[in-house]
Amino acid sequence: MRNPNEIVAEALAAIRVCQDMPGLEQVKTRYMGKQGALTELLKSLGGMTPEARKQAGARVNEAKQAVEAALKMRREAIQEAELERKLKEETIDVTLPGRGRGHGRLHPVSRTLDRIQALFRSMGFEVADGPEIETDFYNFTALNIPENHPARAMHDTFYLESGEVLRTHTSPVQVHYMQSHQPPFRIIAPGRVYRCDSDVTHTPMFHQVEGLWVDESVSFANLKGVLADFMRRFFEVDDLAVRFRPSFFPFTEPSAEMDIGCVICGGSGCRVCSHTGWLEVLGCGMVHPNVFKHVNIDPERFLGFAFGLGVERLAMLRYGVDDLRLFFENDLRFLAQFR
Amino acid sequence: MQFPESWLRTLVNPQLTTAELAQRLTMAGLEVESVQPAAPPFTGVVVAEVLSVESHPDADRLRVCKVNVGESSPLQIVCGAPNVAAGQKVPCARVGAKLPALEIAEAKVRGVASFGMLCGASEIGLEDRVDGLLVLPADAPVGADIRSYLALDDSIITLKLTPNRADCLSLVGLAREVSAITGTRAYLPTQPPVMKEIYDTFNVEVQVPEACPRYVGRVIKGINPDARTPDWMVMRLQRSGIRPISAPVDITNYVLLELGQPMHAFDLDKLSGGIQVRWAEAGETLTLLNEQNAELSSDMLVIADSNGPLALAGIMGGAASAVGPETANIFLEAAFFAPEAISGRARRLGLATDSSHRFERGVDHANTPMAMERATKLILEICGGQPGPVVEETGKLPRAKSITLRPQRVTKVLGIELSQEVMRGYLQRLGLVVKENGDAWHVTPPAYRFDLEIEEDLIEEIARLHGYDQIEASPPRANTLMLPVEETIHDVSLFRNYLAGRDYQEVITYSFVDPAWESALLTGATPIALQNPISSQLSVMRSTLWGGLINALAYNLNRQQNRVRLFESGRVYLQEGHRLRQPHYLAGLCHGPAFAEQWGVAERNVDFFDVKGDLENLPGIALEFRSDKHPALHPGQCSRLYINGHPVGWLGTLHHKLVQFFDLQAAPVLFELELDALGSRLLPRHAGVSRFPSVRRDLAFLVDQQVTAEAILNTMNEVRESCVRELALFDLYQGQGVPVGLKSLAFRVVMQDTERTLTEPEVEAAVSQIAESVIARHGAKLRS
Repeated sequence: MRNPNEIVAEALAAIRVCQDMPGLEQVKTRYMGKQGALTELLKSLGGMTPEARKQAGARVNEAKQAVEAALKMRREAIQEAELERKLKEETIDVTLPGRGRGHGRLHPVSRTLDRIQALFRSMGFEVADGPEIETDFYNFTALNIPENHPARAMHDTFYLESGEVLRTHTSPVQVHYMQSHQPPFRIIAPGRVYRCDSDVTHTPMFHQVEGLWVDESVSFANLKGVLADFMRRFFEVDDLAVRFRPSFFPFTEPSAEMDIGCVICGGSGCRVCSHTGWLEVLGCGMVHPNVFKHVNIDPERFLGFAFGLGVERLAMLRYGVDDLRLFFENDLRFLAQFR
Repeated sequence: MQFPESWLRTLVNPQLTTAELAQRLTMAGLEVESVQPAAPPFTGVVVAEVLSVESHPDADRLRVCKVNVGESSPLQIVCGAPNVAAGQKVPCARVGAKLPALEIAEAKVRGVASFGMLCGASEIGLEDRVDGLLVLPADAPVGADIRSYLALDDSIITLKLTPNRADCLSLVGLAREVSAITGTRAYLPTQPPVMKEIYDTFNVEVQVPEACPRYVGRVIKGINPDARTPDWMVMRLQRSGIRPISAPVDITNYVLLELGQPMHAFDLDKLSGGIQVRWAEAGETLTLLNEQNAELSSDMLVIADSNGPLALAGIMGGAASAVGPETANIFLEAAFFAPEAISGRARRLGLATDSSHRFERGVDHANTPMAMERATKLILEICGGQPGPVVEETGKLPRAKSITLRPQRVTKVLGIELSQEVMRGYLQRLGLVVKENGDAWHVTPPAYRFDLEIEEDLIEEIARLHGYDQIEASPPRANTLMLPVEETIHDVSLFRNYLAGRDYQEVITYSFVDPAWESALLTGATPIALQNPISSQLSVMRSTLWGGLINALAYNLNRQQNRVRLFESGRVYLQEGHRLRQPHYLAGLCHGPAFAEQWGVAERNVDFFDVKGDLENLPGIALEFRSDKHPALHPGQCSRLYINGHPVGWLGTLHHKLVQFFDLQAAPVLFELELDALGSRLLPRHAGVSRFPSVRRDLAFLVDQQVTAEAILNTMNEVRESCVRELALFDLYQGQGVPVGLKSLAFRVVMQDTERTLTEPEVEAAVSQIAESVIARHGAKLRS
């Protein structure tokens, strides 16, 4: 019988130089297979005396265990190395840019409109809509602006050949809404408006958001409360200064102009606020009884406040846009900045 | 409204700085637009008397002057002004003076010592009216500081008045207002009647008393045509933005500013017959003071004589009857024209005058006779002459009505508690007469506050005097009801965010467009044209969003942006017979590479199917795409979009002809959807998920190239067994192995039952039924 130790030594040497799994399997077959050296050794035990067989058997078994242990270790080492190699092979340059389409963006004006709507909706204002080609009645008369009223001159109205007008403000939506709803209600009406004016600070089309709250007890103090709250939330400045000045709109009485402390300079004076520290942001007031009468709402029973704010103005202040006209040039290099 | 602060302070002088006064005016609703100094800062300039003028030994244009500045010895000053002369009083900047543009030091001018500089108007920041020195009146006190002598430490205040406050379009009106808001007493001018010295009158006939309820006229004869307007008046006019013209005209302008009453002076010798106040007759014309030849219409009020119109009442005088350099006899007019008779007419003629501005808003008719006396008095003082008696035609003047005011209503509207005493005080400070009568007061405004008509007007006045800032803001109380959130209504913002997520940039384009785009895009809509467009390129309302999108594409292509993917949501305007519709549309455009240039992705241009894929995945809608033709789109690459059989829009590649028309290099793919036509969004309903395995079989057909995928799918859907869960095209192949003129279309057929596992014969039967129908109906061959 061959010395099992010799076989073990030979097998261990062969295992050690093995580099891959098929090689290792060959070594295993060579020693442990049906005709393997250790198997042959076991077969040869058959001719021995029981005493000798027991002794030799134990030695062969030890040898088998030693070889198996070595095989297992080597197998694991090879697997480990192979995994390692595979991982290395599969390594990519993760700093390469990602693939696929990019994404577009919302227009800064509609982003601002979305923000305004979200704020007012959070206070229970419904969003109402109305036509942009309007009749003289809805745009002016129903809003207490009779023909030849000097306030009409301030509106620079576009007229259609049919005699209808492009609405000069979102206020006509108030009238449409009140004609078809019973108070109490609170609404905002965002949308496009048109004035026949085009220069550095005016575009012939722009956006407004109209607001209207009608209930049995709505006061001027409430109007101030809602609008101050809105401006502070919109600009996310909790201590934003606000002020209300008497003004004139034919469809509100009392009327007010609302200013906020300049959000660019913080009130110390800059080019944007013409060094006054204040920015005019909206017009507002208590709904004029004549407007209520036009829509058959009893002004004795119901009170209301209304406001109209300029969306582009708020967008410019919020995002630092210094030229109104950029909004309608639709230059991708401008629009892409509003991520 | 622009005026010098110094003038206002002669009438009311509150203990406030200029800035404080401006702040109070703004917060009272008389918005101060600007406060400008009458002259820029400078120092060291005094009134000097030129004693002698001699030529400079070495320079033709320079003179050597001796001037008296009120000190013991005269100063020697070299002067280059052409108008310098001995005996003149002129401003003199002394050594050390700091002028707006330079600092004065001792100097040698061409070798002659000079101790100061004689100044022209521009050198001390005023407007030059002559070339050379500013020559002062002979009585100017030598040595006096020029700033105080010319009252240069004055501010010019400009107000942006709202149209309701016409009462503040005069110094007297402003003084009343300042008095009310500051509690300072105002000293307003009064003018007792001027006694007639002659009996001359000129007949006045008001034919339309409702348009002209009051007309006051007076003849003044023998005025001095050479009379000069005094400097104090010139200064006030100039600082109020009015150019001095001649003494009589300046005086009428002065009264307009002081009292708010527009006036007009006619040259009496150019009038014939008598004055008629009447509507113009159609076809009449009038050459106005500004040389404009106005075509009059029958709703324009004119002042006429027996020869025709003399002046556009309340707007502008005529050139023919105007006061000129030789005028010695005048007819002076002060009238009250009803706002309805004036408003809008000036604008129609392209005019905006101080007079029309006031009459349109309203003038205090109670003040008209006093204004006549005031102007007469000033004319006599400045121009001399003998006044005739006042001729007055007064019809039915608007009467101040008493307004009912309920103190409780004030509290309700403003949301603050004010004592009745405080309210009454505010009203009285404004000159309103308050008669208390229990819970309802009777308040009568003065004639000049014709803007006050209803209770709310009085509430605003109380709030204004109290100060809007003194009304404490408070959040309103209301029932906390939730708003409806309607899930079955399509939400445009969902579409907008979806498209932005699919790499489309939102744009906003003008609703009015170039009519050429509209006709090129051939939507067949009747263009809705504007009467007064900003430009011809923006003169019709859009009937499609494509024009604006293509224009934005062109704009960006011109700025080296080649990959352009845009969308817009907004209204279009459709004239459909007598019916005008303004539906909301959603439209998009893709041009250039399908993907931005990047590694590992082959570059290719975006095509029809890229955009179709974007539309197929629009949240909440399942569009059907049917081959169709649209005049603006490529006839072979055009699809009409349907929902439940209703057409809702278009998808396609821009027609080659339009690619040329819009001057593009390549055709963009466009889509447009009418949002208002989408109908409601279906609420999802769970249908269960089968626990049994699904079976897939693929079917590839060889068909003629003309056969559409849609046609085959329609056939398949028609004959499908209920176990067929999905039918979809997954491959299109043409090339090697496929005969020319044919194409191979491969479909996936997925089958599954919800109750059990399908048997092989069931599967085979379902697949062969589909295959045989396609073969039979479309002449297809099954590929193996």
